[in-house]
Amino acid sequence: MRETIHQLEVLRYDPETDTAPHFQTYAVTCQEDWVVLDAINYVKENLDRTLSYRWSCHMAVCGSCGMVVNGEPVLSCHAFVRDYPEKIRVEPLANFPIERDLVVAIDDFVEKLTSVKPYIISAEERPVESGENLQSPEQLAVFKQYADCINCLLCYSACPQYALNDSFIGPAALALAHRYNLDSRDEGRSARADVVASNPGIWECSFVGACSEVCPKDVDPAAAIQQTKIASTVDYFMRFLMPWRKQ
Amino acid sequence: METLTSDVAIVGAGGAGLRAAIALAESNPGLRIALISKVYPMRSHTVAAEGGAAGVIKDNDSFDNHFNDTVAGGDWLCDQDAVEFFIHEAPKELTRIEHWGCPWSRQADGHVAVRPFGGMKVERTWYAADKTGFHLLHTLFQTTLKYPSIKRYDEYFSTDIVAVDDACQGVVALEMRTGQLRFFRAKAVIIATGGAGRIFPFTTNGAIKTGDGMAMAYRIGVPLKDMEFVQYHPTGLPGTGILITEGSRGEGGILVNKDGYRYLQDYDLGPPDPWPRKKAMELGPRDRLSQAFWHEQQKGRTIKTDYGDVVHLDLRHLGEAKINERLPMVRELSKSYVGIDPVDAPIPVRPVVHYTMGGIDTDINGATRVGGLFAAGECACVSINGANRLGSNSLTELLVFGARAGRAAAEYAAAGGGAAVSEALVTEQAEAAENRVLALFRRTNGIEDIAALRRELTATMEAGAGIYRSEGSLQEACAKMAEIRQRYASIELRDKSNVFNTDLTEALELKSMIDVASALAVSAYHRTESRGSHQRLDYTDRDDEKFLKHSLATYAAQGEPRIDYCDVVITRSKPGDRVYGGKQE
Amino acid sequence: MIRGPYVRPVGRYSWWLSQPRYIRYMLREVSAAFIGAYILMLIVGLLRLSQGPAAYESYLTAVLSSAGVAFGLITFVFAVYHSLTWFRVTPKAMPLRMRGKAVPPAIIVGAHWLGWAVASLLILLWVAV
Ligand SMILES: Cc1cc2nc3c(=O)[nH]c(=O)nc-3n(C[C@H](O)[C@H](O)[C@H](O)COP(=O)(O)OP(=O)(O)OC[C@H]3O[C@@H](n4cnc5c(N)ncnc54)[C@H](O)[C@@H]3O)c2cc1C
Ligand code: SF4
Ligand code: FES
Repeated sequence: MRETIHQLEVLRYDPETDTAPHFQTYAVTCQEDWVVLDAINYVKENLDRTLSYRWSCHMAVCGSCGMVVNGEPVLSCHAFVRDYPEKIRVEPLANFPIERDLVVAIDDFVEKLTSVKPYIISAEERPVESGENLQSPEQLAVFKQYADCINCLLCYSACPQYALNDSFIGPAALALAHRYNLDSRDEGRSARADVVASNPGIWECSFVGACSEVCPKDVDPAAAIQQTKIASTVDYFMRFLMPWRKQ
Repeated sequence: METLTSDVAIVGAGGAGLRAAIALAESNPGLRIALISKVYPMRSHTVAAEGGAAGVIKDNDSFDNHFNDTVAGGDWLCDQDAVEFFIHEAPKELTRIEHWGCPWSRQADGHVAVRPFGGMKVERTWYAADKTGFHLLHTLFQTTLKYPSIKRYDEYFSTDIVAVDDACQGVVALEMRTGQLRFFRAKAVIIATGGAGRIFPFTTNGAIKTGDGMAMAYRIGVPLKDMEFVQYHPTGLPGTGILITEGSRGEGGILVNKDGYRYLQDYDLGPPDPWPRKKAMELGPRDRLSQAFWHEQQKGRTIKTDYGDVVHLDLRHLGEAKINERLPMVRELSKSYVGIDPVDAPIPVRPVVHYTMGGIDTDINGATRVGGLFAAGECACVSINGANRLGSNSLTELLVFGARAGRAAAEYAAAGGGAAVSEALVTEQAEAAENRVLALFRRTNGIEDIAALRRELTATMEAGAGIYRSEGSLQEACAKMAEIRQRYASIELRDKSNVFNTDLTEALELKSMIDVASALAVSAYHRTESRGSHQRLDYTDRDDEKFLKHSLATYAAQGEPRIDYCDVVITRSKPGDRVYGGKQE
Repeated sequence: MIRGPYVRPVGRYSWWLSQPRYIRYMLREVSAAFIGAYILMLIVGLLRLSQGPAAYESYLTAVLSSAGVAFGLITFVFAVYHSLTWFRVTPKAMPLRMRGKAVPPAIIVGAHWLGWAVASLLILLWVAV
């Protein structure tokens, strides 16, 4: 197997000793099929035990290894070193506070996700004895894509609105709200509207579209938000035209 | 050390832990629940499960079928009362999670779809494309957000269970972002920390699967049951160990050796029908398929690569449309990580460590022999998996026994927990646990390197306790593990920061791995028979006379664990031959 | 002492220069200003028309002057860019499903282009007649 030496520049920050983050460079001998995470693991195992970062699955599904590599937010377990022939510069996800090295604090996202009520809301709970809900493949296809979000937060890292405004609910949380709104088993759209169809919700989005460009799972959160905008606008006018209609 | 008091503490927020949390919150909204996990819940390794979850729902299937497939698949080492309960609860749990929003794949008429899996007489695996575990985990996690009584402690690394007079008092955990230890005082504790595949070098298991919960329970005297049984999955990608789901064979994928020959027909699994025949060929049980690979390798009929020998999984005849619809993730993984598009070329695969059948010894309620301590999920051994787990039974097990342990813990806590114990002893124990971590953190005279020691450990397990084992290989593994345990006492951390110190957590994980690996090697050494996934070159037959028994490894502070045996619960299926392929008819 | 998480500064006015995709976005937004200006120009034209032929004549000369033509051309380029970006995103904002299957985005975008071409053609014909 071919091996190449790469200069790995990693942004380091330890709140106990550093006043600001700084780059540290490691020379790593990489095999040609390595991903950036392999190179970082190599550093951790052989060169520097003090490097902190998150990872687990190494198969692009747990969503923990999001980092900014050469300026672009990526899953480091799915970013191949062969695609970075020059140097590899690794930073923590943008727009989140840096906890330590490549680890960012994501409490804000978790709170926002919770606020959009990402679960089935239905008027009455059906007993399991009544069997499964029927849902045709077509009904499933309507929301399936938005259910594929792995919460990797690459989209938040790419979103300039989130960078400028902390209160923006953000792409993934809004995509997940949309996922439940579209689910034929759900009746919670109006319960979610308070948060979703608000200024910090969909209306903060100016459709830059960066979120969808960086999403590793083709969730297309930008689409989810624009669709929600259209649906809420329709709702708004319907309230005037047909005030008697139930939400 | 700060004490945080709750009624029930759950360690682990994978499928089992989350399901237990919901069961607790639903059965008694008044209970305060602490859900502790070393990673955010959605990072738990349940997320990686691809294929599906088994439960009888279609008219052509029956509970008897599921029972028999499970018990025979487990080579009769399953407790049949637990299996009975499991198969009846399975469809209910899978339906419940459907109500919670799990996007199960559907038939044209809107009912959930099922697919065949290895070792099954009738197709009964519910699936959500090939991201079943992912959808199951996220559905459960998102559903827990509904319950205010579930308080999450994300990125808290649990180090010890505190038990006094054989009654559980809580757990000690490290808050990773501050480096502070906390005592989670609770009337009941549920361990749901998942498996321990990481004690092997080549595994489908994520970095977090280091057996911490097993080791914690083991260290306070709860035996680890049937640890010698480790499942190899026949189809992992070389190098990374990324799993190619059995669903790909369920959909019709075939395995061929270097001559393009479907070699499984040589191992009592034929005939090689062109269509997927249930319980035959590629849909045989995992232990048989992995063992067949080993034999092919001995005969020199496998294909050499930089990452060891492989065989080919050929999906080409399924066509692009079907691959995209049913196996999108398989295509993506294969293209990314081995550079092969299964539409055009066969995927190189080899057996890979996948699942630990053994675990914390529990009864059918998930209760251990320590009062107030429960366990569920892959870390527990109830046991429905016996000597070889049937593919897609595990996700269902998380739900069924996660819920059951949750309800049992709720009852226990609502009844006030165990008898009162000396507060002084509780504090003493919790502080002892804290001091152990601090001592490790502060030690300065160490000479051993964590990463190097871990590499030696995994290499030892592969060499000594792999697909085929023998007295010699196991003896060596036991000896080496004793040595590694000694050397662990002189490791030293290089990272001295309190904040998100992964050098520290890896050191703690290594401790768990050593405990679990030792229990595994010693249990395997003492089982002088071949059964399911435990294959001995020196004892090639199953020996029901001596070994139709669960092994129980009990921790010893010095030296090897003690190995005892207990009876297997047999209700209606007497041990017979495991027959696969054409011989079934 | 633990200093706590580090928050990286974001340039309130310069952020959009940090990535090509942000620049592209800003161009799209800026293009709206040119279209606005062009509409303003048309309104002025109407106003001049109402003030009699002489006023309208001088308006036309201004529009057809080299500066006027240059402005028109720039606006045209921005208008095309603006439409193009919006056509490209319509399948996201308004995904169509027919008989349970998603209509391919290319078809939705194509339909918009076609509609645009037909509308332009009709207007040109009308002007010519
Ligand atoms: C690649 C792959 C594919 C699979 N496919 C299938 C399939 O198709 N069908 C099927 O039935 N089964 C499948 N399995 C098996 C199944 O997914 C697992 O057995 C199951 O998900 C385990 O779930 P769990 O809840 O027990 O543990 P996990 O999901 O592993 O969760 C463990 C939890 O414990 C926490 N934890 C661990 N240690 C600590 C500690 N020290 N302190 C605090 N928290 C801790 C972790 O943070 C995590 O939240 C597959 C397994 C793998 C690896
Ligand atoms: S929408 Fe995409 S980028 Fe954003 S968190 Fe989900 S998977 Fe990641
Ligand atoms: S390690 Fe799980 S997504 Fe990269």
